[in-house]
Parts: sequence; structure tokens; C-alpha cells
Amino acid sequence: MKRLLEWQIAAVRAIKVETPRVKTFTLALPAWSPHRAGQHYDLRLTAPDGYQAQRSYSIASGPEKTGEIDLTIERLEDGEVSSYMHDVLVVGDQVELRGPIGGYFVWEAGQSNPLLLIAGGSGVVPLMAMIRHRSAVGSTVPTRLLYSSRTFEDIIYRQELEKLSNARSGLEVFHTLTRSQPLDWVGYARRIDLHMLEDVAKPLGDDFRAFICGPTPLVEAAANGLVSLGVPADRVRTERFGPTGGA
Amino acid sequence: MEMQPIVENSSLMLDGNALAGLLQDVFATEMTVAPVECASCGREGEMGSLWAFTESPGYILRCPTCHNIILRMVVTPDKIYIDARGAAFLCIPTRIH
Repeated sequence: MKRLLEWQIAAVRAIKVETPRVKTFTLALPAWSPHRAGQHYDLRLTAPDGYQAQRSYSIASGPEKTGEIDLTIERLEDGEVSSYMHDVLVVGDQVELRGPIGGYFVWEAGQSNPLLLIAGGSGVVPLMAMIRHRSAVGSTVPTRLLYSSRTFEDIIYRQELEKLSNARSGLEVFHTLTRSQPLDWVGYARRIDLHMLEDVAKPLGDDFRAFICGPTPLVEAAANGLVSLGVPADRVRTERFGPTGGA
Repeated sequence: MEMQPIVENSSLMLDGNALAGLLQDVFATEMTVAPVECASCGREGEMGSLWAFTESPGYILRCPTCHNIILRMVVTPDKIYIDARGAAFLCIPTRIH
């Protein structure tokens, strides 16, 4: 099986504003191949003088969407790629992509263990691919998403998550807002801590798998917290994206 | 002398996942689920579970248990250097199941 990664030129088919700092780009791929939920693509921009900048972005869409992928990208203040994507790119433009990449931070609906998903900010993106995949194949694996955002307006996919989480689906979503909360807010209002992890994880029993994605400090706190609650380290998969762009 | 990880750098730490594309360039296969054993402490785990440091002239993968450097990679315009003396073994899958 050929596993060399080839760059291909993708066309921007749609751009959707998710939050004030986050947009979803739908990209049509001439050599699309099926991905697994949690994988990413490398995206490369080339300036007229030949200068290149490359970043990895998680796929937001489920594997059931064919011929195109969604990349949900947060605009970082000093991000040379994300700021170009947000401020310059319009529908019809082209970018270079290669992928899908990665096999470690991946979930497939055939896995029957309960799922604990923990996200900080745009770390929700690969977890959303898992949730969309789970929903598309009609899986009822008990799944809990603990999702930390700065403010209510910063919650990505808020309405879709609300729609997908109901008693019948077995998906439950728990938000925490770390910076400010609406007056009638009933969710958590602090950074993820041990007590919160215990609250959310406990009903899943003791054989769940955990996927944690977000800024490095949040991932550290959540992963160390789960291990101190007695969760075996090999059931906890992490994807850190560094110090910036957090929740 | 083996360098100890600098605590202040831990906020820059990523996972082995972050190097998935580069590793695939080198090994021509998906490597984040490839088993690797730390030569220092004997921990065996998947490449994706290692700690990755990318904010340096090269790329560094460390053992999450003992912090030993398992792999160093430096990419130049026409070469990739790999120093893997921190690995007791690295298992490269030749067939995808």
C-alpha cells in the first residue's frame, strides 16, 4: 500500500463563521481519500517569493463526508497561516494539502468502550469528527464531552452539539466557561479540575477511553487528573497544540 | 552529558502526533502507532504517545516516563538527519491492517 504523502491542490468550497475567532473551511480535494476521525491534514501556503509556511489542522468532518473535508481553524494573533486563512482566503481560492495523517489520536465507531472526550477551545475539532462519525453510523456508545471555552460566544459547534446530545443518542455535553458566563449560566465556570473530571467521568464506569485535545496546559491538567483518578495511562490519548489559542 | 528537560518549556510540548507527517516522509508509512522502546527506562509505547518538542532547530521526541530523548530529527533543504540512540528499538510497520 502506498503510504507516501503527496501534496494536492484543494479548492475552497465554503467558509463558515463559527465564532468571532474561528472559521470552518470546506475544501474540495481532487485526490480525496477516506480519513479516520481524529486525523489531520498538513496545509501549506507558498508566497510569490517561494517562502513556505506549513501547519497541521485536524479534520472536523466525519469520514462519511466524501470528496471534501472541513477544517475548523482558529485565528491566532501571531499565526501566519491562520491569519491568512481568516483574513485573505475566499471561496474559490486554492491551498495545498496533504493527508490524511496520523493513527494515534483516532477513534472508530467499531470500538465499543465508553468515550470520554475532553476539549479546550479549538481542541474540540478532532473530537467533533469523532462525534459526527459516531452519530453518522448510529453508534450509541456512551459518550461524554467535557468542553472548556473562554466565553459563551467562543463555544464552537454549540448548536450542533446541542442537537446531537439527547437521551436517545447516549451523547452528553458538559461545558465549562473559564472567563465569563451569561447571567443564566448553569454549566461549570472554572478551569478543568480534578473534581470536574471525577463528576463527568464517573458515570462512564471504569473501562472508558479518553481523548483529550487542546492547549498543552489544559491537556496536562486533564491527563494527569485522569491518571490520578486511577485511569490507566494507556487509555488516555492526548493531542496537545502548544501554549497558544486556549480556553 | 544528557540534558534534562527544562520545566519552563513544558507549555511548548506537543505529542508524537505532531510529527506524523514528517515521520511518514521518512519512513513511508504511518508511524504514530509504531511501537518504540526507550533505551533509558525500557518503557514501550506508540510513537504518538511520546512528547514532542518542535520549537527548536530540530525536532525532539522524549520518553514521557523518564524524559530521555528518544529521537532527534533535523530537516535541511535536501537531507533529514536522525539520531535515534535513545531508542532501544523502533518497530516500523510494513503492512497496514
